[in-house]
Amino acid sequence: MLYRETGQFRTSYAADQAIFPLRQDRIGLAAIALVAALAVPLLADDFFINTIMIPFLIFALASIGLNLLTGYAGLLSLGTGAFMGVGAYACYKLTTFFPEVNVLLLILLSGFFSAGIGFVFGLPSLRIKGFYLAVATLAAQFFLDWCFNRIGWLYNYNASGAIEVPTREAFGIVLTGPTATPLARYMAVLALVVLMTWLASNLVRGRIGRSWMMVRDMDIAAELMGIRLLRTKLLAFAVSSFYCGVAGAMMVFLWLGAAEASSFGINVSFQVLFMVIIGGLGSLLGSFMGAAFIWILPIVIRAVPATLGLDIGAATVEHVSFMLVGGLIIFILIAEPHGFARLWQVAKQKMRTWPFPY
Amino acid sequence: MRLRQALLGAAALAVAAGAPAAPVLADLYVPLLTYRTGAYAGSGIPIADGMHDYLAMLNERDGGIGGVRIAIEECETGYDAQKGVECYESTKGKGALVYNPYSTGITLQLIPKASVDKIPVLSMAYGLSAAAEGETFPWIFNPPDTYWDGASAIIRYIADQEGGLDALKGKKIGYIYLDAGYGREPIPLLEQLAQNYGYELVQYPVPGNQMQNQSSQWLNVRRDRPDYMVMWGWGAMNPTAVKEAAKIRFPMEKFIGVWWAGGDDDARPAGEGAKGYKTLNFHGVGADYGAIQDILEHVVKKGQSKVASPDKVGENLYNRGVMNSVFIAEAIRTAQELTGKKEVDAVDVRRGFENLNITEARLKEIGLEGFMKPLEITCEDHSGHNPVYVQQWNGQRWEPASEWFEPMTDVVRPLLEQAARDYVQANQPWPERAEPCG
Repeated sequence: MLYRETGQFRTSYAADQAIFPLRQDRIGLAAIALVAALAVPLLADDFFINTIMIPFLIFALASIGLNLLTGYAGLLSLGTGAFMGVGAYACYKLTTFFPEVNVLLLILLSGFFSAGIGFVFGLPSLRIKGFYLAVATLAAQFFLDWCFNRIGWLYNYNASGAIEVPTREAFGIVLTGPTATPLARYMAVLALVVLMTWLASNLVRGRIGRSWMMVRDMDIAAELMGIRLLRTKLLAFAVSSFYCGVAGAMMVFLWLGAAEASSFGINVSFQVLFMVIIGGLGSLLGSFMGAAFIWILPIVIRAVPATLGLDIGAATVEHVSFMLVGGLIIFILIAEPHGFARLWQVAKQKMRTWPFPY
Repeated sequence: MRLRQALLGAAALAVAAGAPAAPVLADLYVPLLTYRTGAYAGSGIPIADGMHDYLAMLNERDGGIGGVRIAIEECETGYDAQKGVECYESTKGKGALVYNPYSTGITLQLIPKASVDKIPVLSMAYGLSAAAEGETFPWIFNPPDTYWDGASAIIRYIADQEGGLDALKGKKIGYIYLDAGYGREPIPLLEQLAQNYGYELVQYPVPGNQMQNQSSQWLNVRRDRPDYMVMWGWGAMNPTAVKEAAKIRFPMEKFIGVWWAGGDDDARPAGEGAKGYKTLNFHGVGADYGAIQDILEHVVKKGQSKVASPDKVGENLYNRGVMNSVFIAEAIRTAQELTGKKEVDAVDVRRGFENLNITEARLKEIGLEGFMKPLEITCEDHSGHNPVYVQQWNGQRWEPASEWFEPMTDVVRPLLEQAARDYVQANQPWPERAEPCG
């Protein structure tokens, strides 16, 4: 009933090619934007912003990064955590050298370092495919992990080997360091994530994105049609790493405030990969849904016994949370192997035909 | 239809649960960041039990501190810095009086936040060594010793074994450590001492994800043949290292761990081979103390403790947790005395820590005579640099293997001051101390 396109005519090619051709979708998006930009800052408390919204958005961006590579270009990577780390350490070094520069700019710039590293580790992708490529990127993960641990220059020879975020400003507002308000950090994260999601959605709908999908679906056919495989694959690695790098820099600068090499371990890579798979390969919306599921659900589960007034040990709750989330992942993948994005599509189709399904 | 009913029921339940249980505001709220899961649970569980049980005992026996009950809440961090920060964020709004992160990584993240949120951090003998500089870090406390005190104490102990500091020249000392903030913290001091006394320092880092497989490190130890081995290990790393050392027949009495490498379950799995293994300590082990007997009576017997069995009470790391809670309780008590009010807040507790003075007489009063050396914290010195002793594993339990002795405070103190200056330099703008002393 509500969700029906009857009567919405497209009278130009531009309208026909719009990302959201349906009015209802546009209204929905505007509502989400309003909630994110107005309702959350006005209504939410620090805990909600700090522990749920900021990490959710950052992980969503990292998932978009990996989704570009795995979902769109069909190249499996287990090095996401390390590429995030490259962004974080690059941003840390940049802000050491240029303390006066707008920190948002530095966060974006650090993505280029990550892109460079991703480019290098993407080189074997022309020859190695599938699981074998995953193993090659796993090597990147371990190698970079080792670098973060062993190269003292990266963490300014800090005795504990950690990077600690100094107080930095952008546009006269303190954005990083202990004195930055959660709200300021949230707005910065939100702005960057929205901007980069918009860029990504344009990228995947254009020539580049289409060439990635061609490579994903059948690389020999794509090659025969004139796609240069190496260039396309390397571009996918570079862009994906760029996104992951920015996400990593945001993670340390706008969320955690300090990090060690272990913050970018293989666990993070898997976490982001799960987000992509649960959310739906090859879907930007899915990246957000996957990030929400994997990040927010355990927090909700942990909060449940306390809100119910049950006295359950923290460790027990943790164990239960592990089991529940694991079980749900399996259940969802059985029920819908293409993830939340596909579920959402099915739901939309149902809404279209409701109440007279055919 | 049954599904729909079930869903409706679940929804109703969720709505009913939406109204959160109202916290009792009059309580002294002490969140405990603990870890009973993950690879570090082996070390984390006894500490969590000790911390919890002492505070619970105060509630049961005395009705809290100064007549105000303590609200204890555990938050599971899994020794993971991200989860630790999540715990911090989720509990700080409830009026937390003090944080014990029990992880150097989490401590490092909380240090800059402490002065902004005005909640003190008690990192008992771990965390950032330089935090002992109270003038720079008014909100951080690391009694009774810093890692650098520990490292210097081990070197002093080795020197005593060899017959003086001069005898260290030409010796080879191996340092095996968890390759994280925790294990790296003492390296600058060990290197400085190596320069001063002419021993050679050989480092064996153990990555956190490979701590249960140390054969390559110990193969290198066998090749390098160090005269002594020093260990900064935690969690599953400790029992593995002790086992590997026993396997290559390293002389165990020359293998010395820091106080965190001294869990009973760290040495026990290696069986006979672990006999002779030594670690530092700064408190007594065993259950023969009045306060610990009270824990057994008031908490464990009533089934309010999570300990697996009563004989776990009094183990080394359990007592460490007790000591941690003694510091918390005494700081709160001091704060109550200073301010004259019963329901103190986090700012008062910081003052309480800064004026903490646990004397022999006070130790006797709280039933811990001889458990630890008296501790006094001042505005300048947030650590105390207390005496330590070396304990040795006899195959069944830890036994003292030395007298109490002082760490090399004269060497450590200038280095700490330098490190604090470096920290401030690296973290500009660092807030000036605004809190008055006393």
